[in-house]
Amino acid sequence: MTAGSAAPRPSASGGPASLTPADPMRLSEISGTAIPVEGNDIDTDRIIPARYLKEITFTNMGEYAFYDERFEESGAPKTHSFNDPRYAGASILIVNKNFGCGSSREHAPQAILRSGIRAIVGESFAEIFAGNCTVLGIPTVVLSAEEIGTLMSAVKQNPKLRIRVSLAEKTLTCDGRTLALQVPDTVWKALTEGTWDSTRLMLANLDKVRKTAAKLPYLSGFAGAA
Amino acid sequence: MSGKTLYRKVWDAHVVGRLPTGQTQVLIGLHLIHEVTSPQAFDMLREQGLKVAFPERTVATVDHIVPTKNQGRPFEDDQAEAMMSALEKNAREFGIRLFGVGDARQGIVHVIGPETGLTQPGMTVACGDSHTSTHGAFGCLAWGIGTSQIKDVLATQSLAMSELRVRRINVNGALGRHITAKDVILAIIRKLGVKGGIGHAYEYGGSAIDRMSMEERMSICNMSIEGGARIGYVNPDETTFAYIRGREFSPKDGAFDRAVAYWKSTASDSNAAYDDVVDLDAASIQPMITWGITPGQAVGIKEHLPRPEDLSSDDRAGAELAYRHMGLEPGRRAEGIPIDVAFIGSCTNSRISDLRAAAAAVKGKKVAPGVRALVVPGSNSVKRQAEAEGLDRIFREAGFEWRAAGCSMCLAMNPDKLKGREVCASSSNRNFIGRQGSPTGRTILMSPVMVVAAAVNGKLTDVREFVEASP
Ligand code: SF4
Repeated sequence: MTAGSAAPRPSASGGPASLTPADPMRLSEISGTAIPVEGNDIDTDRIIPARYLKEITFTNMGEYAFYDERFEESGAPKTHSFNDPRYAGASILIVNKNFGCGSSREHAPQAILRSGIRAIVGESFAEIFAGNCTVLGIPTVVLSAEEIGTLMSAVKQNPKLRIRVSLAEKTLTCDGRTLALQVPDTVWKALTEGTWDSTRLMLANLDKVRKTAAKLPYLSGFAGAA
Repeated sequence: MSGKTLYRKVWDAHVVGRLPTGQTQVLIGLHLIHEVTSPQAFDMLREQGLKVAFPERTVATVDHIVPTKNQGRPFEDDQAEAMMSALEKNAREFGIRLFGVGDARQGIVHVIGPETGLTQPGMTVACGDSHTSTHGAFGCLAWGIGTSQIKDVLATQSLAMSELRVRRINVNGALGRHITAKDVILAIIRKLGVKGGIGHAYEYGGSAIDRMSMEERMSICNMSIEGGARIGYVNPDETTFAYIRGREFSPKDGAFDRAVAYWKSTASDSNAAYDDVVDLDAASIQPMITWGITPGQAVGIKEHLPRPEDLSSDDRAGAELAYRHMGLEPGRRAEGIPIDVAFIGSCTNSRISDLRAAAAAVKGKKVAPGVRALVVPGSNSVKRQAEAEGLDRIFREAGFEWRAAGCSMCLAMNPDKLKGREVCASSSNRNFIGRQGSPTGRTILMSPVMVVAAAVNGKLTDVREFVEASP
């Protein structure tokens, strides 16, 4: 699925046309197997320990996802779904409440993306984390606590269960059951209309940025009468 | 008709337009960058053939990975050296001002922005660090952003954002002796929860906040994000203007008076409408400490740690995990918890007033045997000021190490780290698992004077009794 990839598209530096949103990357559905990571308030330090922030590219972040939860200091593996071969190849992450709280580091969604995850389903998400996911094309979609509980146990029982997240329909289908997803409007629009690449959208308005700047007294050194 | 909040006025003045996503494109007046979250953004710019739109509106410093013992180049840690060189190269290539190691203005990004006069009321400020909320102390809107958004600001000098609700938090009355801004913000987060501020900007006011210095207001705004609020601010007043006057990047001469008039006009109207209002009685606040793994898991030093069964079902699982990690017994007194390490530093509490208060509390005393203690000033300029006042000598004589400026043990990306299960009394802002460099290390947040009291007694101590019991 190219839409979730963080790599730049080849056309990105190919002239002004590629800088407009006329070339959208619409995301309508993600399907695959799922992997549960249980617990409320899983913060970004737990998703990616701070020591890996020292790397100056995102290339290896996938290897470090949940590192301290997966390995002892000695390097011996702990029990964690990301170490469990039954979940290998999963593309949908299932989580509980307030996932991604704490530091705004974008290494967290990068680690998740680069470990193969293309969508996250949870009870709720920390705001900055969800925003950081959206700009990488990773939907963060919400189900009730009860639905998440049921989904997690179904996946634990049968890790090969296929799950389909339809953004277009705002539904999650699994085992013949269809659940209604909550998706914040801004996230939904950005992903389904392919406008999640905010840089391109905003670059198109650079003239208006200059006009706005010209009206701000502090950007002109408080020259003239206030 | 009701009036407008500062949030509304500053937001409106910076709106570029509506985006097809439904978000608003907002102009960013000041962009601060550091070595950890910016290199990937510059890489993406290069990959996509983009330029920096307004290089003069971005300022860079180094803080997160700089060693605080030996700052000679190249740094001993290859990765730290690679980050430092990447920032130097990016600053040169894109024409961005950099306060590097050795520069008098280098320091923690949230300390040096205000200190150099870059941070001013009525601005929008963005930085790739969640504690950017600190700058809100000046009456500006300051957001922590991720690396993709750093790329956005570099390429377009703007961010795509949605509006927040505004919650007014009044802290009225007089604070008790030795009760600091840190205790106030920990009490606020305890009351409203670590998620309470999601979707909100926090406007702090009331007589206790009005009386605070700029440095105290910065400690409060700094931790807004720990309460879930992406931004926090205090309306600008005479205290704000007096702080800004005469700094390197502040408006000069006639421009300063015009600036003050403008800044005043951006403050919330007295009849402004808020989405909600929360009141806190300043007199009720004790010295606070955290017992868990979120800043909301906090109690007063004279209290007992909560028993999980007494907490709401929402908080219980978190409390159980916290107790397992911390190895503390539910129901025990906060006083007397033993510590191994004492850290005074971080963008919350490493400014000159923090160091003065800590030095006054420790003067003539000794750090308990077996306790490792360090003071890391927030900036080069804080360090030099402290040394000019002899504070470094007081700390050293008491058994504290005196270091160069940086983030240090706040997030342990440099050599300053906890070892094993050490317990650290820390003046920083985050007690998350693994935050101070050891996955099993334990962090207890508190004010700098409380850190001093804990360092000297080797265990959590009520600073009020500690100071009053002094010879
Ligand atoms: S001192 Fe800590 S919280 Fe502040 S900028 Fe540095 S790492 Fe972030």
